[in-house]
Amino acid sequence: MDILSDVAVLSRIQFAATAAFHFFFVPLSIGLGLILAINETRYYKTRDPKDAAATKLWVKIFTATFVVGVATGITMEFAFGANWANYSRFVGDIFGAPLAAEALLSFFLESVFLGVLVFGRKKVSPKFFMVSAWLVWFASMLSALWILLANSWMQTPAGAELQGGRAVLVDFFAAALNPSLFARYTHTVNAVLIMGAFFAMSVAAWFFIKNRNEGFALKTMRIGATVAIVTSCLMLVFAHASGVVVANEQPTKMAMMEGAYETEASPLYLFGWVDEANGTTSGLKIPGATSFLATGDWNAALPGLNDLAQDPRYGGNFKPEELPVNLVFQTYHIMLAMYLLILLSAILAIIFSFGKGKIKDMKWLQRLLFIAPVFPFLAIQTGWITAEVGRQPWVVYPGTSSPAGVSQLTSDGISMSLSSVELLITLLLFLVVYTFLFVAWARMMSRFIKAGPLAEDEVVAELKGGE
Amino acid sequence: MEGITLFSGLWFVLVAVLIAGYFILDGFDLGAGVLYPFIAKTKTEKAIVRRSIGPVWDGNEVWLITAGGALFAAFPPAYATTFSGFYLAVMLVLFGLIVRAVSLEYRVHDDKWGGAWNACFFIGSLLPALLFGVAIGNVFAGIPMNSNGDYTGIPLLGLVTPFTLATGVLGLLMFMSAGATWIAQKAPKPSDIQARAAKLRIPLQIITLVVFLAVTVLALFVVNPPMMAELAIVRYALAALFLVVLIAAIFFGKKGNDLWAFLTQSASAFVLVLLFAASMFPNFVNATEGTAITIANAANSEYTLMWMTIITCIGLPLVLFYHFIIYRTFRGRLGDEDLDY
Repeated sequence: MDILSDVAVLSRIQFAATAAFHFFFVPLSIGLGLILAINETRYYKTRDPKDAAATKLWVKIFTATFVVGVATGITMEFAFGANWANYSRFVGDIFGAPLAAEALLSFFLESVFLGVLVFGRKKVSPKFFMVSAWLVWFASMLSALWILLANSWMQTPAGAELQGGRAVLVDFFAAALNPSLFARYTHTVNAVLIMGAFFAMSVAAWFFIKNRNEGFALKTMRIGATVAIVTSCLMLVFAHASGVVVANEQPTKMAMMEGAYETEASPLYLFGWVDEANGTTSGLKIPGATSFLATGDWNAALPGLNDLAQDPRYGGNFKPEELPVNLVFQTYHIMLAMYLLILLSAILAIIFSFGKGKIKDMKWLQRLLFIAPVFPFLAIQTGWITAEVGRQPWVVYPGTSSPAGVSQLTSDGISMSLSSVELLITLLLFLVVYTFLFVAWARMMSRFIKAGPLAEDEVVAELKGGE
Repeated sequence: MEGITLFSGLWFVLVAVLIAGYFILDGFDLGAGVLYPFIAKTKTEKAIVRRSIGPVWDGNEVWLITAGGALFAAFPPAYATTFSGFYLAVMLVLFGLIVRAVSLEYRVHDDKWGGAWNACFFIGSLLPALLFGVAIGNVFAGIPMNSNGDYTGIPLLGLVTPFTLATGVLGLLMFMSAGATWIAQKAPKPSDIQARAAKLRIPLQIITLVVFLAVTVLALFVVNPPMMAELAIVRYALAALFLVVLIAAIFFGKKGNDLWAFLTQSASAFVLVLLFAASMFPNFVNATEGTAITIANAANSEYTLMWMTIITCIGLPLVLFYHFIIYRTFRGRLGDEDLDY
């Protein structure tokens, strides 16, 4: 099979790459939206011009990130119709509604009140300004709900029936509150809040390292560390819930995550390697730990890929040796490893940034926190690869409790009118445009952060006439 | 009508209203972007154009996202066929919208790349402003499709005909007229750029009138796709109304009533979308080969459409309320203090 002439493979590459790029900016902007709103609330209470200066810096950073998220988000909406026309026809009775609802209920709210944050300091009251900051964040959290609702439905379809060759909605609430929604939403938004908190701590650490704006740096570090420790601890609960749902609803994904070819008590690997050709997995493992996490019983047997391939629900659609098991295994374990680094960083940050603020003199911790956004970034990217590659070969997964027939193979979801040439053209264009976007964004970040928050007299001049 | 239910008929109207909302609102800011290199000579004038749409362009663009989402959510085959059939054109629109969005946020902070951002703003506005009309011309004139509803013609080039080019130009002129009337009522008065925009809007509107008449003649006598006979009277009435409203916009512009010139220009955009909807009803995509995509064969289940109607009843009043807030907060002409944000 030649990859360059296979429309299904090229469509997957394009969707995966553009989604991964999009989901670099989205977690940052939702996460930073919270930091921004907290900071503006502080200003609302203190009326200290320094806090207004910090808000202004966060608005710039937030907006420059948000706009790339918005722009690259249009790609995702267009892609369903453009690249996945048969998928859109199959799921259209269900899948389009959350996208429309997201635009109607979240995007308008977000964009309008962001306009207030960027242009409105002198035009609206301080209270209106603060409320706008919270509304922008609330809208972004709500937007994530609609998208996770749509995505979770693909993972664990519910409330639908197969009628005339397509999925038709029969129970709105069952579809909306599908089995994986709650676990996957909390897991995802919690992860993006960690991302924002780590970015804020990284900015603060940079100012410490450069011996600049110490007051701003310490305040920012404390806000970031507080959000980071709360979300990192909550993650234990949400991640566990997600794992249980996968074990219950998506047995082939669960088996791929731990490289389980045979049905047996499933270990938790610390690290390892999957030999896909021979269907074996080796590495350092805790025996029975995955079974325990999924069921509460160390000895519970979880189905392996060889048996699942014989299961009538999945059977005939995959051969165990053709599944990308090692990719799912490795990304899942990288995510777990990154989580440990996240937790460690958050604990160190909270201990040393409160009290006397010892972090001011701790160069090694400043350096660690400066690079620490890499941890949640990798955890988020690898987590999504686990989730989306793990559901292959289906685009709509035939989950354990899903209605019969409501599933679709990824290769059946493509646009039949497309040729590989068209896809190669757009892949190339995406490469060029997205590289340009990333460079432009990185320049903007570096410029804003190097300039830092405004000096006090500049802020006072800025605020004049606003109240 | 056979096959058209209460909710599917309602959603045809709602999709048309969303497209009209988009055409009016993003219309003026896309138009401002197309006029940007021609109308704004100095750095300050460029800043005025960008700032005039700064707080609102993003919300305006959400109308497109909502219209696309609504089409997907209510008539998925129409969404699937057009977006995959017009693939390369859709991607060009997409890349335009992407670089435009980023240029609008980044230009003000970045003089070093100023030229590149200015170019992104212009090209990113021009591509959608031209291609939307080409797409509209195609769904009206009809495209070849197979039984699955997949476009079977030549990619991109197969979509360019004299007629679809004419509809593209008509769309572009509507956007540019909207942009000129917007700037004329938003820029500081008196100022050079305000005077330039005010002077430019009238010839643009007159050319729009001429191209509209040409498109109408082509549509009726050359392309002549199936149109519902019962709606002929409505179409003639809407066409006449379009001419009246646009002439009123010219009249207001001549008298120097900038706000009313903009409002009547916007009304003409609304009427034009209604005319298009009345020319298509009950079809979404006409077919030169294969079967047209219609309300009856594309609509989602009544159950889904009922839930979407409920969501819309909650969401639409909120959306209108947000728009009221933002346009009220940033009402009136720009002053010097607005350019420093």
